[in-house]
Amino acid sequence: MYEALIFEHSRPGRGAPGHAPANPPAPKLAGHLLRSAAPALPAVTELQVVRHFTRLSQQNFSIDTHFYPLGSCTMKYNPKVCNRLALLPGFAERHPLGPESHGQGFLACMFELQEMLQAATGMTAFSLTPMAGAQGEFAGVAMIMAYHRSRGDTQRNEIIVPDAAHGTNPATATMCGCSVREIPTGADGDVDLDALRAAVGPRTAGIMLTNPSTLGVFERKIPEIAAIVHGAGGLLYYDGANLNAILGRALPAAMGFDVMHINLHKTFSTPHGGGGPGSGAVGVNERLAPFLPVPVVGKTEAGYRWLTETDRPQSIGRLSAFMGNAGILLRAYVYMRMLGGRGMRRVADYATLNANYLMSRLAAAGFRVAYPERRASHEFIVSLKDLSRDTGITAMDVAKALLDKGFHAPTTYFPLLVPECLLIEPTETEAREELDAFADAMIELRNQARHEPEALKAAPLTLPVRRLDDVRAAKQLDLAWRPTA
Amino acid sequence: MSDVPENLRYTSDHEWLRLEDDGSVTVGITDHAQEALGELVYVELPESGSDLGAGDTCAVVESVKAASDVYSPLPGTVMATNESLAEQPELVNGNPYGEGWLVRLQPTDSSALESLLNAEAYTRFLAEAED
Repeated sequence: MYEALIFEHSRPGRGAPGHAPANPPAPKLAGHLLRSAAPALPAVTELQVVRHFTRLSQQNFSIDTHFYPLGSCTMKYNPKVCNRLALLPGFAERHPLGPESHGQGFLACMFELQEMLQAATGMTAFSLTPMAGAQGEFAGVAMIMAYHRSRGDTQRNEIIVPDAAHGTNPATATMCGCSVREIPTGADGDVDLDALRAAVGPRTAGIMLTNPSTLGVFERKIPEIAAIVHGAGGLLYYDGANLNAILGRALPAAMGFDVMHINLHKTFSTPHGGGGPGSGAVGVNERLAPFLPVPVVGKTEAGYRWLTETDRPQSIGRLSAFMGNAGILLRAYVYMRMLGGRGMRRVADYATLNANYLMSRLAAAGFRVAYPERRASHEFIVSLKDLSRDTGITAMDVAKALLDKGFHAPTTYFPLLVPECLLIEPTETEAREELDAFADAMIELRNQARHEPEALKAAPLTLPVRRLDDVRAAKQLDLAWRPTA
Repeated sequence: MSDVPENLRYTSDHEWLRLEDDGSVTVGITDHAQEALGELVYVELPESGSDLGAGDTCAVVESVKAASDVYSPLPGTVMATNESLAEQPELVNGNPYGEGWLVRLQPTDSSALESLLNAEAYTRFLAEAED
């Protein structure tokens, strides 16, 4: 099962001569710019390369091969047609510096994407340039700060963040020069309003909220939260991480949010995981619209064109060399066009139905869910604290053993508020049989934990690599391995 | 059940404090805290001589699961930090009340120590958090 490194297949003198130029021209570079030694490349045949990478690709634990209930990541199926249309030569071969007159089709798609996102969120305007969710957050808080400064309101430098937030929220606030005020969550999973009232004041720049929250429940007090923060002169930032649960059913703008980002790669189903590529489009209401990052697509009688700093002098500026991850934006565009408004509502309906079905099955089987009195949103939390106390089998052991059973592990140990937790997000694209199989596997693993815990401690047993030494991996980083030969 | 020595003071953020003979206070994280975090891979400590207010971040402990701030339980000046932790953060896991100490403070007012939890109160706090 273990696949050797490509360098371990290497033997001196081997190669793929059919792909090498026969007589490469001598480089026209000054001597001191030339390498003194050949680069460390593997000497392998073309067939060895093909087999090596094909075998690696077959080891992928991916949405196309396995149920992938990784909470907070929305690992839904990525329809192949989105990929196919985004790769049409007119899109894929278009140069980003090509003239606007040669890219009207692409610009039209981007303009319509902006408009569809506005309709899906209630926001007034969108910019598609952020290259990932975290960059979307950065753009959003940078706009909040630009708004306060434009009004001469220079003392607002505090961002309020609930303790259940994604780690990116406090990181974003800090990157934007703000300090973070953390507020607690009540026992029912909603934000503690008294703590919020005590936290706001003349230094409040805004609050960052995910709704539904990372606890997998809808924040019911959002109108009160909006009134408290707006009353103190702050703005509301919507972290779109969990938009899948409310898509087409509730508008962030109607909840009182002033600015938001959407992880297009999650909610609008473009391939992601393993670090990208992503897209964190940002939307704003009327008062923040002048500050949107550029470029955005505008429509005139002469056609579509980029609006830049000249059109938008108050813009916070540019976040990427061109205009964002074009390929991801196109896939999201196709996905939205295929779904339409009714389809988007069905996304939210089935994402929440699947989560609640799976939660009910696990709760009925005796698993402790974090908020049993609350209906789940698109995801929910199971705490294995009791199992861990009784058997020594932790959430991590169960996660590893699930891999042996053919399921990608749920998110583990997040959110930090719930001990020994698994955050489970089935998404709308799974059939009931998959959910049942997962629930059965969880029940089976719990029985195994009680009767033969040692086997679970050793899992996974069926994968190409066994359990990694994550402590050593964190302490002895080896990011520049090279062959010794 | 985690170890809670009798002679120390505690906070609800799972820090322990020990009043030394010279009036300084040694601060670390409790056995419960190290167990919840899992094996530590990195500890960030403050500069000696820096002044801390009560509730200021005085250290960061990072495990394979999470990175957590450690808050200064008292206002004071940092007199010394445990430099062995740079190379061996796992000392905190092995001996949280001994070799795994984090920071030694000269408190502005050491009577504030009296208002913190004693061993009995901290044990009760842990038991309640279990439910």
